[in-house]
Amino acid sequence: MPDSIDILRFATAGSVDDGKSTLIGRLLVDSKGVFDDQLEALEGTSSSGENKGIDFALLTDGLRAEREQKITIDVAYRYFSTPNRKFIIADTPGHVQYTRNMFTGASNSDLAIILIDSRKGVLQQSKRHLYISWLLGIKYIIVAINKMDLVDYDQKTFDFISRDFMSITSNLFIEKIDFVPISALKGDMVVQRGNKMPWYDGPTLIEILESAKLNIIDYEGSIRFPVQLVNRVDNNKRKDFRGYMGRSLSGKISVGNEIKILPTNKTSKVRELILSSKKVKEINFYDSGTILLEDEIDISRGDMFSSIGNEPQISNSVTANICWMDEKQLGIKKKYLFKHCNKISKAIIKKIIYKVDMETLNQIPADNTLDMNDIGQVDIVLQNKIVFDSYSENKNTGSFILINTDSNNTVAAGTIL
Amino acid sequence: MSKSKYLKELENESIFILREVVAEFNNPVMLYSVGKDSSVMLHLAQKAFYPGKIPFSLLHVDTGYKFREMYEFRDTFTKKIGAKLIVHRNEEAIAQGAHPSRLGVARCCGALKTEALLDALKKYKFDAAIGGARRDEEKSRAKERVFSFRDSFGQWDPKSQRPELWSIYNSCIHENESVRIFPLSSWTEVDIWNYIKEEKIKIVSLYFSKKRKVVQKEKTLIPAENLDSNEKVEEIQSRFRSLGCMPCTGAVKSNANSIDMIVKEAISATRSERENRIIDHGSNTMEDKKKEGYF
Repeated sequence: MPDSIDILRFATAGSVDDGKSTLIGRLLVDSKGVFDDQLEALEGTSSSGENKGIDFALLTDGLRAEREQKITIDVAYRYFSTPNRKFIIADTPGHVQYTRNMFTGASNSDLAIILIDSRKGVLQQSKRHLYISWLLGIKYIIVAINKMDLVDYDQKTFDFISRDFMSITSNLFIEKIDFVPISALKGDMVVQRGNKMPWYDGPTLIEILESAKLNIIDYEGSIRFPVQLVNRVDNNKRKDFRGYMGRSLSGKISVGNEIKILPTNKTSKVRELILSSKKVKEINFYDSGTILLEDEIDISRGDMFSSIGNEPQISNSVTANICWMDEKQLGIKKKYLFKHCNKISKAIIKKIIYKVDMETLNQIPADNTLDMNDIGQVDIVLQNKIVFDSYSENKNTGSFILINTDSNNTVAAGTIL
Repeated sequence: MSKSKYLKELENESIFILREVVAEFNNPVMLYSVGKDSSVMLHLAQKAFYPGKIPFSLLHVDTGYKFREMYEFRDTFTKKIGAKLIVHRNEEAIAQGAHPSRLGVARCCGALKTEALLDALKKYKFDAAIGGARRDEEKSRAKERVFSFRDSFGQWDPKSQRPELWSIYNSCIHENESVRIFPLSSWTEVDIWNYIKEEKIKIVSLYFSKKRKVVQKEKTLIPAENLDSNEKVEEIQSRFRSLGCMPCTGAVKSNANSIDMIVKEAISATRSERENRIIDHGSNTMEDKKKEGYF
């Protein structure tokens, strides 16, 4: 494998029966991401289907309840590789009540594929998928117009749906949108081009996925390094070792760098860096490293190292967009746990500014609560000051979850404005 | 040679997860099965806490039916790296002669693996158990969280899992509840082998091809040393892709006797590594076993 091979994480979104599972099955089978014995095991359970009797959905619907009800209940992660890239698919269910699953899948994705049934065109649900992708900062969207075999591979249908989709993106800024006509069932324009759509001279779906450029902005920004764990070692190899472990969430950290420790506002200098059990000169974006400082300072989990200048915000109140994910509705002024950048604080939702009508995507009054699968904008007050950036500046330092203190469930996820 | 970019990314993610466990739980343990995934996980743990020692114990749930090479490797390797090893067995079931040929695979696994694991977690009051399961292994595992909640009976409820977003993991639990943690969630079999190659990780010799005495049962080669029947024993150049208990783990025909050859074989494989694990087949699926508390 070449050293340059990297990982692309993408989410797939589609309405019920848009053929999402079929598409994922097709990608896995045609790129050899699934083994023969796994396919043979399916042939026994599948009743119909065109591909050698295989129902691709049975490959991805991993739970018995899903296979029985023929719907996808929960986010599943699937893996396949081409010679140039490893892919991680967050397969998110298209059911109306499962907004939270799309939110979840999109949170860890660089790109989203929105599926549209060529016979139905752009639906309300397509708008919802676009909206959630936008809200979670996905910068690259592929609109896969599926079931082209059922509209005689008609170019006009493809052109019409593409234009229609562009018209709904007007208020939502997405850096790049590509359109591709496919038949997941027959395989056209997914991995193989097929010979049914000579009028389309753009790349196949897999070619788009292979060449999509990832956002590298975070490599160059100001340092963001939340302390995850303090490692104290005192043995015959290392005397009085005190290392700050964590993952770099932005910027490059070099030996000798002046850094600021927040929220205490102290400064120090980087004395030594360790990465993958070796001494190194620098730690880059997303590295899980260990930092040793020149000075002895009281630092604990949840403190943030930053460059001096271009520092993150510090506050005990934030405004955020949240997706409510629990059956028990949001309680205004109830205490929740707010987990953000390795730190847990008590929090209260002081005010719901508005909620989003998922049919029209308009902002509407929220009557002081949010139900499961509602998305809304809220003011949150925290017990302690937190160190953060806005989500649009940095996904990692601008995201949080809320935990119910009684059930311990994750009840909401949010992005800080 | 520098490490492939994508292996670095996987390593960084796994190290973050392992550190998160140590930061958030009172009494975590790492399940160590002596297989290749466990070897990778242990290697990552050494890196995560370097220059310190691994800050948790290793737990081997032993059925008594593992290969001799696995016991030898387990004891010498853990001693060499100075890890604390706990071996736990369901002695009662073993004394009663639990064996897949008598109990059936499902009941045997239930007693010697699931029950033994739950028992050990309870005995030592572990609140987090780190395991080497990967999402690509089996389709119910594709639905598994990285931090996967278990109720006070150690059971998994796949239909009401906590949502898991970004890299923010929820480790809040009540007394007697626990969390299973899977730092290798995003790795595939090929990734594991590539990483073993690049990092020169020591693994059990059973993964390398040599002439082995086996009995052919359909496509599976069952090691002969544990069969008491008078079936036809052959010497076949073979190796194991995945390791478990002797009665239920088959070898495959292969000439791969080096890591390079194993990587090549893994990349071009058309059959899954678990095909020769008898426990995955039959009516009691992985999903059922996982619900009951199996890893």
